Amino acid sequence: MVQNLHESISNQGSFNDGGVEKLAKYIFSRVGYMLVTFFVIATFTFFLMQTLPGSPFNDERLSESQKERLNERYGLDEPVPLQYITYMKNIFKGDFGVSFQYDGRSVSNIIGERIGASAVLGTQSLIVGTILGIILGIIAALRHNTSIDYGAMVISVIGISVPNFVFAGLMQYWVGVRLQWLPVAFWEGFEYSILPTISLSVFVIATIARFMRTEMLEVLGQDYIVTARAKGLNGFSIIIKHSLRNAAIPIVTILGPMTVSLLTGTLVIEKIFSVPGLGEQFVKSIMTNDFPVIMGVTLFYSVLFIGIVLIVDILYGIIDPRIRLTGGVK
Amino acid sequence: MEKILDVKNLQVSFDTYAGEVKAVRGVSFHLNKGETLAIVGESGSGKSVTSKSLMKLIPNPPGRITSGEILFDGKNLVTLTEKQMQNIRGSDISMIFQDPMTSLNPTMTIGKQIMESIIKHQKLPKKKAKEKTIELLEMVGIPNAVMRISNYPHQFSGGMRQRVVIAMAISCNPQILIADEPTTALDVTIQSQILELLKNLQKKMETSIIFITHDLGVVANIADRVAVMYAGKIIEIGTVNEIFYNPQHPYTWGLLGAMPNVIYRGEELITIPGTPPDLLNPPKGDAFAARNKYAMEIDFRIEPPMFKVSDTHYAATWLLHEKAPKVILPEDLKKQGQSLPNEKSRERLLKKTDKKEKLLEIKNLKQYFPIGKKQSVKAVDGLSFDIYKGETFGLVGESGCGKSTTGRTISRIYNATDGEILYNNESIFGRKPGSELQKLNQKIQMIFQDPYSSLNPRLTVADIIAEGMDIHELYTNKKERMERVYELLETVGLNREHANRYPHEFSGGQRQRIGIARALAVNPEFIIADEPISALDVSIQAQVVNLLKRLQKEKGLTYLFIAHDLSMVKYISDRIGVMYKGRIVELAESDELYQNPLHPYTKSLLSAIPIPDPNTERTRRRIKFDDKLSRNGEEEPVLREVKKGHWVACTEQEYRKFKNKDSEVI
Repeated sequence: MVQNLHESISNQGSFNDGGVEKLAKYIFSRVGYMLVTFFVIATFTFFLMQTLPGSPFNDERLSESQKERLNERYGLDEPVPLQYITYMKNIFKGDFGVSFQYDGRSVSNIIGERIGASAVLGTQSLIVGTILGIILGIIAALRHNTSIDYGAMVISVIGISVPNFVFAGLMQYWVGVRLQWLPVAFWEGFEYSILPTISLSVFVIATIARFMRTEMLEVLGQDYIVTARAKGLNGFSIIIKHSLRNAAIPIVTILGPMTVSLLTGTLVIEKIFSVPGLGEQFVKSIMTNDFPVIMGVTLFYSVLFIGIVLIVDILYGIIDPRIRLTGGVK
Repeated sequence: MEKILDVKNLQVSFDTYAGEVKAVRGVSFHLNKGETLAIVGESGSGKSVTSKSLMKLIPNPPGRITSGEILFDGKNLVTLTEKQMQNIRGSDISMIFQDPMTSLNPTMTIGKQIMESIIKHQKLPKKKAKEKTIELLEMVGIPNAVMRISNYPHQFSGGMRQRVVIAMAISCNPQILIADEPTTALDVTIQSQILELLKNLQKKMETSIIFITHDLGVVANIADRVAVMYAGKIIEIGTVNEIFYNPQHPYTWGLLGAMPNVIYRGEELITIPGTPPDLLNPPKGDAFAARNKYAMEIDFRIEPPMFKVSDTHYAATWLLHEKAPKVILPEDLKKQGQSLPNEKSRERLLKKTDKKEKLLEIKNLKQYFPIGKKQSVKAVDGLSFDIYKGETFGLVGESGCGKSTTGRTISRIYNATDGEILYNNESIFGRKPGSELQKLNQKIQMIFQDPYSSLNPRLTVADIIAEGMDIHELYTNKKERMERVYELLETVGLNREHANRYPHEFSGGQRQRIGIARALAVNPEFIIADEPISALDVSIQAQVVNLLKRLQKEKGLTYLFIAHDLSMVKYISDRIGVMYKGRIVELAESDELYQNPLHPYTKSLLSAIPIPDPNTERTRRRIKFDDKLSRNGEEEPVLREVKKGHWVACTEQEYRKFKNKDSEVI
C-alpha cells in the first residue's frame, strides 16, 4: 500500500505529459453521453409534439379527402409508434424531414438559411456582454463601497430585472425613430445588428458584472494577492495576472446557461427587429403547427446546448489547473 | 552591530464602523544585520499588523499608519509613495506568509510566480530568470527542480509549497526577510525542516529575519532576540536567553508558563486569566493590568515606561521600578527543563490502568474512502487499541495519518469499512433499534477543532447547548431546561447572561467552552476531542485544557484526545497512541513514550517538537524518519508488547532486540 502511495504521488508529478491523450479520452466519453442525451431529448420532443392540439392541415378550406391525402403524403396516417421509429431512423441519417408550411423544403435547409443571422446576433451579444460585464465588475470591485460601485450595481440590477424587449422598444423609439442614428428593423448589414445586439447584451452585462464584482472582491482578499503585493508588483499586473484568471473560474460556469438564455432571448428580439433568424422562424412554426421544423429547431438548440456545456467544462480545465481532468469522468 | 532597520513609535489604526481600532500603539525596535528577531504574542497583539506595516501592506482603507518612523537604508518608509514601496517590496524586504496552501496563486505555475519578482526587480531576461529560479528551487530543497518549475501549487505538499514561498521571498537577495508564522500551518517534522532551511539560508545570505510567531518553542529554536507584544505594544524585548531565563514582565511569565513542556509535567498549567483587552477602547495604564495578579494601583493609572534591565533587555512593567515590591519568578517556571516525572507516578498510573475496565475496544478498524474507479484512500487501515474508563487517551500523528477519521468513525459519523468497535462490550455497529442508537449517541460526544465553524451562527448559545437535551428529552419543562443551560455555562466558566447571545459575540476560547458545554449537556461518558485547542492562543489553550482536566475529575469522563501538538497531548494524556498512515505504530503511557520511544517514527516526531528552552534547542539533534529505510525485509510490522503497557509496531527481529535492551536496563 505504501508502494502504491509513492507511485501515485510520483504519477501526479508527471501527469502533464499524458494531458492531450487524457483530454481526447475525456472528450470521446463525453460525446458518448451527448448522444444518449440527444436521443432522450428527441424522443421526448416527439411525443410532446403528439400531444399538441390541432394538426398542420386543419385549414377549413381543405376538404376531408385533401386532408387525408396530405396526411398520407407526410406519413401522418400511420400509427404513432411507427411514425416515431421512422423519424428516429431518419434523424440518425441526418434527415430531419420536410417542412409542412413551405412546400417541399427540408428542415435542414430552413435551419441552415436562418442560422446565420441568429449566430451573428448571439455571438456579438455574448462577446460584447462578457467583456463589458467583466470590466464593469472589476471597476466596481476595485472601487468597493464607493459611489462608482453602487452606481454599477444599480445599473446591473436594472439590467437583470427589466426584460430585454423593453430595452428593444425604447431603443427603437429613441435611437431609431427620434435620433435617426440606426435602422429600426430588418437585416441588411452590420448597422442593422447594433440595436438588437445591445438589447440582448444588457442582460449579459448585468449578470456578469454582478458575478465578477463578487468574485473579484473575494479574490482580492486572498492571501496570494498579498503575496503578489509583497513581491512588489504594481496594481495593474496584480489584477491582470493574479486576479482575473482566478475570478474568471466561476464566470465560466455561468457562461453556459447564459448562452442558452441568449438563444431563447433571440426569439423575441428577432421578432421585434424583424431579423430573419432562427428564433423568428421557430415562433412562426409553432403558430402553424409545423412539427418537423419545431422538432428540428428544438433538437438543434439542444445539440448546441450540450456542446456549450462540453466547451465550458474543457475551458474550466484550461483556466483552473486544479481540475485538469484528474478524476476522470463524473 | 550594524542596525539595518529602525522602527520608532509606530502606530497603526483601523477604521471600523464601531470606531478607530488602535492595533499597534507605539512600537519601537531595531533590527541588526544578520540576526533573527522574533516577535511573539497572541492573536490580536498586533504582531502581524506590525510586520505588514513594515512593508506598508496594510489594506488601506481601513488601515493606516497614524504616526511613527520606519527607517531603512536612509529612508523613512512611512513617507514613501506606493510606487517607491513597490521597488522595495520583494527586493530589499520580502515576506513569507503563514499558510502555504493559500499564499500561492493556484492558477499560475510556481516557476512563473518566482520569476515574476526576479524579472521585476533584477531586470533579467526570461531565460536567465528561469535559470535563477531553478537554482533557487534547488537551494530551498525541492528535488527535480527543472521539472517541477512548470508544476502548479496544488501538485506540491504543504511543506514543499512553503519552500516555494521561501524561494520566492529570497529570490532577490533581500536584506530583510519577514516571516509571518511561517510554520504554524505545518506538521512538526515539516516545521523543523523549514526552520532548518531558514537558518541555513540566513547563514549563506546574511539576511536579517523578523520572525513572527506565537510558539515559544520555535522562538527558542530560531531567535537571537525576542520582542514580546501585548495589546499593540512591545512589553518586553531582549536576547533569547534573557527572555527565557530572566523574564521580567508578568505577561512573559504567563506565556512561558502556559506552554506545556515536554520535559516537565506539572499538575496544572499556569493560565493567564481573562482575555486580551479590546483595542477599540484601550485601557488606561498598563493594558495587561486587568489580567495581572501582581498589578499595583499605578498599573491601572499610568502606562509603564520601558525599564532597562540590561543593555539589551528592556521591559515595560512597574514591577521594575525601584519603589515596587520585589516579586520573584513563579516557582513553576523555574522547574522548566529540570524535573522529570519519577518512577512512582508511572507505577501509580500503571496500577490505575490495571484495575480499570475497558470502555472502548477498537479491533482492526478500517476506514476506506473510495476515489473513483476501484481505488480508495485508506484513511484508517487496521487500527486496534483500547480505552479504559476514566483515562485520557491521546491520539497523535501528523496531518493525513487518519487520527480525525478514527474519531469520527467511533462517533459513527462514518460507517467503518471493516473491523469492530466495542463500547462497554457491545458493538456500536450493525442494525440496532433507534432507542439504542440514541443512547449511544448520548454517551459518546464530540468536541470539534474549529470553534468558529462548529457552532451554528443563527442559534443562541442556550439553543446550541440545549439541542442535545431536546433530542434526548432530558428535562421535563422549559424552566428546567434553562436551569440546566445556566448550570452548564457556569461549569465551563461562562456566565448565565451569555445564554441569550449568539456565537459571534464570543472569543475563540469562549466559543470552545460553549462547544464543551454542548458536549456535556447530555451527560456523556466518553468525549472525543478532535484537536480542541489547536485553533486557540497559548494562554487560552491552557485555560481550556485545565477546564477539560477539571471536568474529567469531577464527572469521571473518559477522553479520546486527538491532536498534533505533542507537548499538549503529553500534558493531558495518560496513555498515547502514535498514528502513522492509518495505524498505531507505538502505544504507551505518556511519560514512558516520551522517555523511551522505540519506533523510529515516534523518535523523529519527538525530536521535532521545539522546546521552549533555548539551551536545549541549541544542542538538540533532529532525527529523520524514512519509511523505506526503516523497513527491512518483507515482514509486516505487527504491534507487540515490548514492556508492560508499551506496544510497538515491529518485526519479530526488532521485537527481540527491544526486549533484550529492556532487560538490560532493568
